[in-house]
Amino acid sequence: MPLHFELVTPAKLVRSEDVHMVVVPGAEGEFGVLEGHAPFMSTIRDGAVQIYKTEGGVPESIDIRGGFAEVSETGLTVLAEHVEG
Amino acid sequence: MASLKELKDRIGSVKSTQKITKAKQMVAAAKLRRAQAAAEAARPYAARLSEVMASLAGKVSGDSAPILLRGTGSTQRHLLVVINTDKGLCGGLNSNIVKAAKVKAKELIANGKDVRFYLVGKKGRAPIKREYPERISKHFDTSNVRTPGFEEAEAVASELIAMFEAGDFDVAHLVSPIFKSALVQDPTVAQLIPVPAPETGSTAGGDAVVEYEPGEEEILEELLPRYVKTQIFGGLLEREASEQGASMTAMDNATRNAGDLIQALTIKYNRSRQAAITTELIEIIAGAEAL
Repeated sequence: MPLHFELVTPAKLVRSEDVHMVVVPGAEGEFGVLEGHAPFMSTIRDGAVQIYKTEGGVPESIDIRGGFAEVSETGLTVLAEHVEG
Repeated sequence: MASLKELKDRIGSVKSTQKITKAKQMVAAAKLRRAQAAAEAARPYAARLSEVMASLAGKVSGDSAPILLRGTGSTQRHLLVVINTDKGLCGGLNSNIVKAAKVKAKELIANGKDVRFYLVGKKGRAPIKREYPERISKHFDTSNVRTPGFEEAEAVASELIAMFEAGDFDVAHLVSPIFKSALVQDPTVAQLIPVPAPETGSTAGGDAVVEYEPGEEEILEELLPRYVKTQIFGGLLEREASEQGASMTAMDNATRNAGDLIQALTIKYNRSRQAAITTELIEIIAGAEAL
């Protein structure tokens, strides 16, 4: 089952896709989000979001700064202030 | 009646004006597309943010809520954040924005409130200064950057929040144009600080227990400044799109008017030329007949 992942910045919608897992740098430690994660919200610290498109695949990482992540039944939404590159 | 030469010069000057307005119209049309795309690209973030705000604001209330949400408890001192453009040649856009700001200011002053202005963009400075010279507290210049981005919004927002925390004002309103189409840009007045509690009716699935890390209040504390920033960023983007849209329409009209004027002047020029030739002919014929 894929996880719907969205990465949004004020300037644009950077990503909106179905992935296997995303590792988010939370303020109190990194956390991985898989499909069916319990509703959850956290602020994030500056760091890299790692996106695993498939199980065991090589992660794609995107550097983000400032923002927060929200997990709801519709998927994971990361609202970041800046996205590098 | 104007002489032939005068008419000719006049036609030439109107023609060169038309060239300018036509060029400006085309530039605005090209920029409009980009500005509109930018304004549209910013909407998902704002929408998500207010969703999250709505779900959080309902949970944190009372005295534990951050000051940005509950306010200072007073509504005596108001700050009007007015977003104007930096450049002219965009029809009635700026005067409409200033008009909306003045209406709001008048209403507040009539209610005995203290009103101050925080101006963004060059074009609002003069007309507001004329009416309320002692009420302008600050001016933020955006004319040195080509397209105002998130950095500018961040700078404005942090300055506003610093002023709020220092107790310079109790309530802030944002006056900015909303881009509807190239023909319609309506100025709107919206409350900025304290952050108005969003409607919570639309949040479905409220029964699910959401876990917060670190905690609701900490997240909200971080969220509110961001919300103010996003609001101002949205205002700047809308301003950009509105400026280009209004400019395009105004310049289209100006080009058409110049065309009409050129046509009228050309007819007048040809008539006087013909009249001059006829007079000359009559003089020659009369002279020949007299011999």
